[in-house]
Amino acid sequence: MPKAGLILAALALMGPSLNAAAQNIGHITLASTTSTENSGLFGAIIPAFTEATGIEVRVVAVGTGQAFEIARRGDADSLLVHDTEGETRFVADGHGTERADVMYNDYVLVGPAGDPAAIADAETAAEAFALIAAAEAPFASRGDDSGTHRAEQRRWEAAGIAPASPWYRELGSGMGATLNTAAAMDAYAMTDRATWVAFDNRQGLALLFEGDETLFNQYGSVRISPERHPHLKHDLAAQWHEWLLSEAGQQAIADFRVDGQQLFFPNAE
Amino acid sequence: MPTTDNAFATALRLVLHLDPALREIVALSLQVSLAAVAVGALIGLPLGAALALWRFPGRGAVVVVLNALMGLPPVVAGLAVYLLLSRAGPLGQFGLLFTPGAMVVAQVLLILPIIAALTRQQVEELHAEYREQLQSLGLSRLRRIPTLLWDARFGLMTVILAGFGRASAEVGAVMIVGGNIDGVTRVMTTAIVLETSKGNLPLALGLGLVLLALVTLINGAAYLVGETARRRLG
Repeated sequence: MPKAGLILAALALMGPSLNAAAQNIGHITLASTTSTENSGLFGAIIPAFTEATGIEVRVVAVGTGQAFEIARRGDADSLLVHDTEGETRFVADGHGTERADVMYNDYVLVGPAGDPAAIADAETAAEAFALIAAAEAPFASRGDDSGTHRAEQRRWEAAGIAPASPWYRELGSGMGATLNTAAAMDAYAMTDRATWVAFDNRQGLALLFEGDETLFNQYGSVRISPERHPHLKHDLAAQWHEWLLSEAGQQAIADFRVDGQQLFFPNAE
Repeated sequence: MPTTDNAFATALRLVLHLDPALREIVALSLQVSLAAVAVGALIGLPLGAALALWRFPGRGAVVVVLNALMGLPPVVAGLAVYLLLSRAGPLGQFGLLFTPGAMVVAQVLLILPIIAALTRQQVEELHAEYREQLQSLGLSRLRRIPTLLWDARFGLMTVILAGFGRASAEVGAVMIVGGNIDGVTRVMTTAIVLETSKGNLPLALGLGLVLLALVTLINGAAYLVGETARRRLG
């Protein structure tokens, strides 16, 4: 009988893996951002950490806003995101005990290679954003309350512009999906450099503006409060936090390359 | 279209090389979806049959709700299960979030209405046909359930396959409750989303083709089993 066959097959298949996942020995769950995961950074540095400590790190890569929410609900043992303001508030609100700078890279502005708004000649980021607004050139925004989205909103604010549709398009998507869309509609977009360098579907997009210090992108590691969430693996999470800031961890971050290009620059104190 | 060509080449390469990472992802996809189908069928078949046989006040409303739930958006099911299994939620202490177990729970929520609603419809029609015979045998309604389910088995197989199709195709629910963790909760559909977001469209589409081939294989196997049984039983 087919139904019985299906059930038997399912039970036979599900046995080992569901049990293994339920064991919960020696791993931590890390809530982090899509830029760190998609660029391949974690794939490069976590094996070194696991080898040194025997601790497995399971990365849930989401937008920074969602990562905070996951941590706030006690569903992650550690947090590695890029919204210093948000991280500081997270600690101040008692959800975390401390935050530390881990590494940085920068945001860049990409857009159609023809550069209709001529932002490549801009002196500052504020000027580049103003040029896009003046030309009313299509701009694809994350629109998802992620670290990148928050940083982008601060840049518009600094340029004294309230971006509006129809040329300003809030996608409510991750960085990669936003770049896919920007490529398809010849729009400008602000992206972290790591996602851009590792991104394969650029089509007509080119890197047009970079290097302004206001486009600095700081990543921080946050330890979750043991008082709020006593069930979490705080000892293991502490080892991960300390390793990131240690010489070994910082070196592993510096050694990570995509196409020969360094994407994250360690700057722990 | 270069992307499509690359996708076929990528799909072929993935299958021929039996890439170990892919094997793991395929195995987990099958485990999660088949487990969800098994649980969904174990609950949904008797539930649907019972709903077909019993008359009670509010039954119409139950049928409508069940039918409507067939259209439950996966992301909503995922969110509901997330809030349930999150540490801050009522079932948080079990630590199921971000495990394959959580993915099974979410998919059961998606499949159950489909199996129950379609089973109710099939059994109801069958029952209308055989009601007098069953009555003359003096079978209670409870005893009629297995008889009717067995009689409807070929039709119900399609119902179960519909459930399996829904489970293996959805991404919204498993993404939220599984977290798409490499080597732990990454399945075919979440891997496709990930590769798309990396802009690696040929690999994403290639994975899609592998998934499609897999689902076709399973449906083919089910069809063969069904046909063989049908012929043997006349």
